[in-house]
Amino acid sequence: MAEPKTKYDRQLRIWGEQGQAALEKASICLLNCGPTGSETLKNLVLGGVGSITIVDGSKVEFGDLGNNFMVDDSSLGQSKAKCVCSFLQELNDAVKAKFIEEYPEALIDTNPSFFSQFTLVVATQLVEESMVKLDRICRQENVMLIFARSYGLTGLVRISVKEHTVIESKPDHFLDDLRLNNPWPELRGFAEAIDLNVQDPVAHKHIPYVVILVKMGDEWKTSHGGTLPSNREQKREFKELLKARMTAMDEDNYKEAIDASFKLFAPQGISSDLQQIINDSRAEVGSSSSDFWVMVAALKEFIANEGGGEVPLEGSIPDMTSSTEHYVNLQKIYQAKSEADYLVLEERVRNILKKIGRDPHSIPKATIKSFSKNARKLKVCRYRSIEDEYNNPSPAELQKYLTDEDYSIAVGFYILLRAVDRYAANFNHFPGQFDGGLDEDISRLKTTAVSLLNDLGCSGLTLTEDLINEMCRFGAAELHAVAAVIGGIASQEVIKLITKQFVPMTGTFAFNAIDHKSQLLNLC
Amino acid sequence: MADAAPPSKSRDLDKLLLRPGNLVGPTFDPGVQLRDDLQEYARVLVVGAGGLGCELLKDLALSGFKNLEVIDMDRIEVTNLNRQFLFRLEDVGKPKAEVAAKRVMERVSGVNIVPHFCRIEDKDVEFYNDFSIIALGLDSIEARSYINAVACSFLEYDSDDNPREETMKPMVDGGTEGFKGHARVIVPGVTPCFECTIWLFPPQVKFPLCTLAETPRNAAHCIEYAHLIKWDEVHSGQSFDPDNPDHMKWVYDEAVKRAQLFGIPGVTYSLTQGVVKNIIPAIASTNAIISAACTLETLKIASGCSKTLSNYLTYNGVEGLHTKVTEFVKDKDCLVCGPGVLIELDTTVTLKKFIDMLEEDPKVLMTKASITYHGKNLYMQAPPVLEEMTRSNLELPLYDLMDKTPKDVLHATGTINKDDKKSSCLRKLRVVFKGMDGVTDMDMAGGA
Repeated sequence: MAEPKTKYDRQLRIWGEQGQAALEKASICLLNCGPTGSETLKNLVLGGVGSITIVDGSKVEFGDLGNNFMVDDSSLGQSKAKCVCSFLQELNDAVKAKFIEEYPEALIDTNPSFFSQFTLVVATQLVEESMVKLDRICRQENVMLIFARSYGLTGLVRISVKEHTVIESKPDHFLDDLRLNNPWPELRGFAEAIDLNVQDPVAHKHIPYVVILVKMGDEWKTSHGGTLPSNREQKREFKELLKARMTAMDEDNYKEAIDASFKLFAPQGISSDLQQIINDSRAEVGSSSSDFWVMVAALKEFIANEGGGEVPLEGSIPDMTSSTEHYVNLQKIYQAKSEADYLVLEERVRNILKKIGRDPHSIPKATIKSFSKNARKLKVCRYRSIEDEYNNPSPAELQKYLTDEDYSIAVGFYILLRAVDRYAANFNHFPGQFDGGLDEDISRLKTTAVSLLNDLGCSGLTLTEDLINEMCRFGAAELHAVAAVIGGIASQEVIKLITKQFVPMTGTFAFNAIDHKSQLLNLC
Repeated sequence: MADAAPPSKSRDLDKLLLRPGNLVGPTFDPGVQLRDDLQEYARVLVVGAGGLGCELLKDLALSGFKNLEVIDMDRIEVTNLNRQFLFRLEDVGKPKAEVAAKRVMERVSGVNIVPHFCRIEDKDVEFYNDFSIIALGLDSIEARSYINAVACSFLEYDSDDNPREETMKPMVDGGTEGFKGHARVIVPGVTPCFECTIWLFPPQVKFPLCTLAETPRNAAHCIEYAHLIKWDEVHSGQSFDPDNPDHMKWVYDEAVKRAQLFGIPGVTYSLTQGVVKNIIPAIASTNAIISAACTLETLKIASGCSKTLSNYLTYNGVEGLHTKVTEFVKDKDCLVCGPGVLIELDTTVTLKKFIDMLEEDPKVLMTKASITYHGKNLYMQAPPVLEEMTRSNLELPLYDLMDKTPKDVLHATGTINKDDKKSSCLRKLRVVFKGMDGVTDMDMAGGA
């Protein structure tokens, strides 16, 4: 095996060759390379991201040596961007690493088109004003953006992308697509050919539960006016029926059938999440629609026509007690149906592409196939702009969070992180940044927080003295361990955005390192 | 910037350690003294120098700790390089602990890290007592269980069965798998120990041998057939070595043949390795998050600079981002962190008889036990030198070896069988000699 592939073995098992290829194509820009930014990039460089560009105008100071692993004693007085860049390059020579010695704020103001060359920008330790400006630029240029900030024992991570669509969301737990309550002719035919009353005990205990449930479901239906068990009593009764069919205590297939009977009772048709996606106005496609939405449009047609209310079959089945022969045949039946559904969907995709004036083969087969198999798991994530979040707050949400014990510290920090930026805009330093005048800083921060709460439409609510005091105590410190958490989370989200696998966070993550009751706030 | 403080390397950490706070631990005493004491006196052991261990060493070195040690028995492999950032390609084959210690010391001046390239069981139990806090960056249940038992063995209870605070050895433990992970704080006697909540780690599901032999259904079944059944049939006497590429290739080839025979798709070399070595996917970001959370807790336990996690944090980044704090409760009857297994003996019982009894005692079930009493070796099974030195004790009454103390605590290390797997284990035993202690009679009365 070639060395790079071996090196990435443990992550290829998570996001596969395709995910890795997407990472290796991506170019990432980092703004500010303190520990938060450095740690974010470290995790991405190790994973083999294509290129990194570090933007930071500062020189390495004595204090940086105590919080950033990417600088050492010999870096004192040198460009921080240069030092961090050269250490990161050591970690992985496959990554193209470069740096620009300039303050991000200046770049945002003077050279907004600079950002258009990147796949994604990681903006660390920016204050509100720069965040709003950068967000506007990145949305304009269609560059993904993620904000990360460490501040004392708190911090935040926030994604800002107009829309992120996911085909391979790879959820941990998802109901198998078995169609037990709605078997197609081939599956029913296969089940019918197997005799549940077979005398041979070895054969009896190797009938796969899929067959048991399809047949028993049909049997139940004939004696119950064509409906499957629907209430608790009927479901219990059905399970008793299954139990009664066991001929020996060690029949794992029947035990599995009892445990899996909920799959037979599950409602037919599509989930409300998927319903929402096919009802989205973007599913009305035109020449500028993305591949994803073209495929959603085709899926919508499929569900209404050939699918009879269902999506294309996923085609894989879980392991279950069975003879090898039955299991392999069952796999083939599921795969054949999945393949047939995919071909129908593909045809619909090609027709839609033609209709909107695009090359009918502009979406690769493999993409449509993946879409077809993952149709039940599609995800659409949207994030409003930072400006919108700030100008149009959600007072009802904020109030709910502030009065909920599990959320109050996290949302308190969210508000205070905004308050310290207002404070800094007024007083040219962060509260508690210097050792003198802490008491004055505390009372000023309190006043700032009250006026901010007022602007957020939460005038009746207050933050606790304890929290305000702590925020001043933090004095804008960028602690290494907090930066490593925030940078770790930011890099994980970057990977999800770039590989288009798994589901990125859809809120503002407010980190609470005090008791670790951090929360994802649904404000964006 | 008129009143800027003089330049300090701990510029950021000082805010936390030198200033009074409101949401802090009960013992928090901010000031320069605290910062200096942390550097001078706090000693942290990092167990494991892998994905979590590398991060832990870096994070601790940049969080005010100067005296660190790290223990790991492994050597660096190519597959470590996507996350174990202290290692380079040219380090492959070298001991992880040594390279990790060297790299962190090179970059963070003033930090001293002592590496131990050995198994955790190779160290005396007393070795572990030297540390203020033990940070665990492990990937196996057995190793966690062992360190947990060691740390809990230091815990002493007073006559009212209340744990003595000065004997508590706090641990922080992290674990990751793909996008998921956990961080927890274990203060023996206060929060649940690893064994109290062992159910959080369900035993690995194994395929029944009859499935492998008779009704394989998927690629993993074919691979395990080649690995567990076919290998022994063909290579009589030669044991399978998962790190030998020729062995792995043989298993892969056999698995392919079997899959073809049964018409089963999906056997690949990568899957073969995954199944045989039980590979857990691992990435840098999750390790970074979990290790940093563990480091924050280590700092808080050592300094009181903030409230601590109580007591189990889970992180899941698969679908969105979910974190959750759960306050698990201690199992008051826990054999490991409780006051210890009570064993009643006649004063005539010899040490040999006692060791034999431990094999039979349903609460212990330990074979090949070595016994220590207040740090003194009564009998050691290994190494041979110690075995020889302590052998003569075997025929002496335990009562005499314990200086005729009617009731006291002994430590036994040996092997236990769990889920068909042998593992090292340490147990605290409360020995009471019949008729020598009033409390015993009361216990007997209660039990009768």
